[in-house]
Amino acid sequence: MENSFFDEMTGFNGDLRTPYREYSTWLDQVDLRTLKKKSRQAEAFFRKTGITFNIYSDEDAEERLIPFDLVPRIISASEWQRLKLGIEQRVRAINSFLHDIYHQQEIIRAGIIPENLIANNDAFLPNMVGFSPPAGVYTHIVGVDLVRTNTDEFYVLEDNARTPSGVSYMLENRETMLKVFPDLFSNIKVQPISDYPALLRKTLGRSAPAATRGKVRVAVLTPGIHNSAYFEHAFLAEQMGAELVEGHDLQIENGRVVMRTTRGYEPIDVIYRRVDDNFLDPLNFNPESQLGVAGIMDVYRSGGVTIANAPGTGIADDKAIYSYMPDIMEFYTGQSAILNNVPTWRCSETDSLAYVLEHLDELVVKEVHGSGGYGMLVGPAASKKEIAVFRKKLMSRPAAYIAQPTLALSTVPILSGSGLAPRHVDLRPFVLVSNDRIDITPGGLTRVAMKKGSLVVNSSQGGGTKDTWVLEGP
Amino acid sequence: MLGRTACDLFWMWRYLERSESTARLVDAGFRLTLTRSQNTKKEWMSVLSTLSCTEAYFERHDQIVTDKVVDFLIRDKTNPASIMSMQTRARENARRTRTALTLDLWEAINEAWIELKQICQRPISNAGIPEILALIRRQAAIVCGCMHGTLLRNDIYYFCEIGRLIERSDNTARILNAKYNTLVTTIASGGAPDANSQWDMLLRSLAAERAFYWAHEGESSADLIAHFLILNVEMPRSLAHSYRQLILQLQSINQHYGEDAPASYRLAKAFDDRLRDLTIPAVKKLGLRTFLSGFMPNNAELARQIEIDYRFKA
Repeated sequence: MENSFFDEMTGFNGDLRTPYREYSTWLDQVDLRTLKKKSRQAEAFFRKTGITFNIYSDEDAEERLIPFDLVPRIISASEWQRLKLGIEQRVRAINSFLHDIYHQQEIIRAGIIPENLIANNDAFLPNMVGFSPPAGVYTHIVGVDLVRTNTDEFYVLEDNARTPSGVSYMLENRETMLKVFPDLFSNIKVQPISDYPALLRKTLGRSAPAATRGKVRVAVLTPGIHNSAYFEHAFLAEQMGAELVEGHDLQIENGRVVMRTTRGYEPIDVIYRRVDDNFLDPLNFNPESQLGVAGIMDVYRSGGVTIANAPGTGIADDKAIYSYMPDIMEFYTGQSAILNNVPTWRCSETDSLAYVLEHLDELVVKEVHGSGGYGMLVGPAASKKEIAVFRKKLMSRPAAYIAQPTLALSTVPILSGSGLAPRHVDLRPFVLVSNDRIDITPGGLTRVAMKKGSLVVNSSQGGGTKDTWVLEGP
Repeated sequence: MLGRTACDLFWMWRYLERSESTARLVDAGFRLTLTRSQNTKKEWMSVLSTLSCTEAYFERHDQIVTDKVVDFLIRDKTNPASIMSMQTRARENARRTRTALTLDLWEAINEAWIELKQICQRPISNAGIPEILALIRRQAAIVCGCMHGTLLRNDIYYFCEIGRLIERSDNTARILNAKYNTLVTTIASGGAPDANSQWDMLLRSLAAERAFYWAHEGESSADLIAHFLILNVEMPRSLAHSYRQLILQLQSINQHYGEDAPASYRLAKAFDDRLRDLTIPAVKKLGLRTFLSGFMPNNAELARQIEIDYRFKA
């Protein structure tokens, strides 16, 4: 049977692909009823553990489960090796770019990136100019969103260099699979991912500020239990053995950030913040913010604390910058990019805008500053009316949009009511950056559009997740 | 430990304890309406006033009707004192302090909440009341078992225990206070309680009916009951027992921190000393109501001092 999209399990031509060989043998011996039962078990496990997320737009913010599908996404060791090299190259370039953009700005002087794209960008933080973060690391944690269209064709959809989320799902998906299908893992050798929290703790520890005395004290800063990713914040703090703090637990004392404990105030060395730049410091940024710590930027700049990721990293994953990534990588690494960029039309440019307006029904149009799948148009899936509405928005503010061809995202089967059925997926590998090394957890988070034919995998839009396997051996 | 975490743990157990106590009170009240149906109204009024929610009840309902009262006390989300509200807040605190809890304890609290929420989607029928109350008690027992069986004995555990004991003392004092009239008339007349049902309800709502008769070999008088609930250190819901335990937990924290006893410990010690010296004739001389209306503010004052000493708030 021919597939109209590249399927991770059966390619284009319907023949079983090598990475799925052993899994498929196992699958042949399991009936649908058993699979459905296991699926219910997995869901009960997620609910019981409290692995939930909140949706921002919901008034009565009920907690929801992200649908979990139990057919894994399987990647061979050699496929992974290539991806890993590409990701590493990209992340190195991002850190060099950030250092440059907040210091000499050589890339602007070389005429590769237009100055106004940086200077007029909200993600560019003047407070960071001339400052070098501890150990020179800007992005301790990065999530790189990849999609696949063919055997050898991977594209980077976007870089997440601010506060990428989803790693807890990656870890819990694997834990769930181990619980529900222990027999699978004894037959198939899958590269483990469970050391991520320990690696994260080490990565943060290596970036300790000058003021650290003795053991490095790490805390995770969360906006609180109503944040959509709260489960992940608590999960990571727990797994790392770090404190989970909120803004009102913290204050500044003698040039340090200190937290209020039952025995008095104690300093924190490294803050893994899951609070956006704008809310980090009411003195330096949004004065209304209740989530941050007044004056933390000043402590940061004087070496009293490390903030991970560094403030201002958003300039590197900005959608307006994205289209320049191939040039950015070449500029800083001296090599051409290993992973493809998706061809991108910048609607700020007259010719591009004309092309985009003519092809709206074929393109994906994204807001430059949007995220989470909000405010975008998926041309082929949109109605005539939706396109007309979007056209008006685009014409009134063309510079706020970019457009890309609709990629033929690869599929992986999910367990649907009537058996296995292909659904589109993407992949977010998680990268940890230290001054002298880069760790990439094998695999990452596979997000899957649960609706037939849908290309939108975001959890806020009804997307689900899968366990992602990188096989041992060749 | 963060001061906020200590605060969240302390309150988490206050909510859990109060929820269990409310369930027992509703259970005892419900039982009484079944056995002495002519006095239904009076019994529910007494339950509502014990929980300080008479006014809130009449804002929503015109009359005392068993299923309305039960619904108000168990599942009404707009009633902050309902068991559902209590469990929701306890679970919110548990979520906030996830990193301080063991997986067992978190799951027990989370599952209790999920199950209760499920049940509370529909109004509770009279026939369903005993089952729901039994479920709530069972869940409370599981949560309690997970705490004792899995938490390390460090400040996390101690703050949980302190919250529980402060709340328990308050609940026992409230229930005693609500039954004050009956208790006082029988104490004054020195006689054994007549119909027994009021006493039975009092003991039942403190999970103590069997224990009491067992401890006193079937003998029963107002003095004995007062002694049992106020001064018997073996009775886990008596004031004396709660304070003896409170002292131990406060001592443990100070030892754990290697620090001198703060004001809260000295306060607790003073209250405990008073309880140790107390006799039932002395309570009678003072008047039970006077005694209890002195005890409850003291208990609240201790809670406030703990909050200050351990920096619950900025």
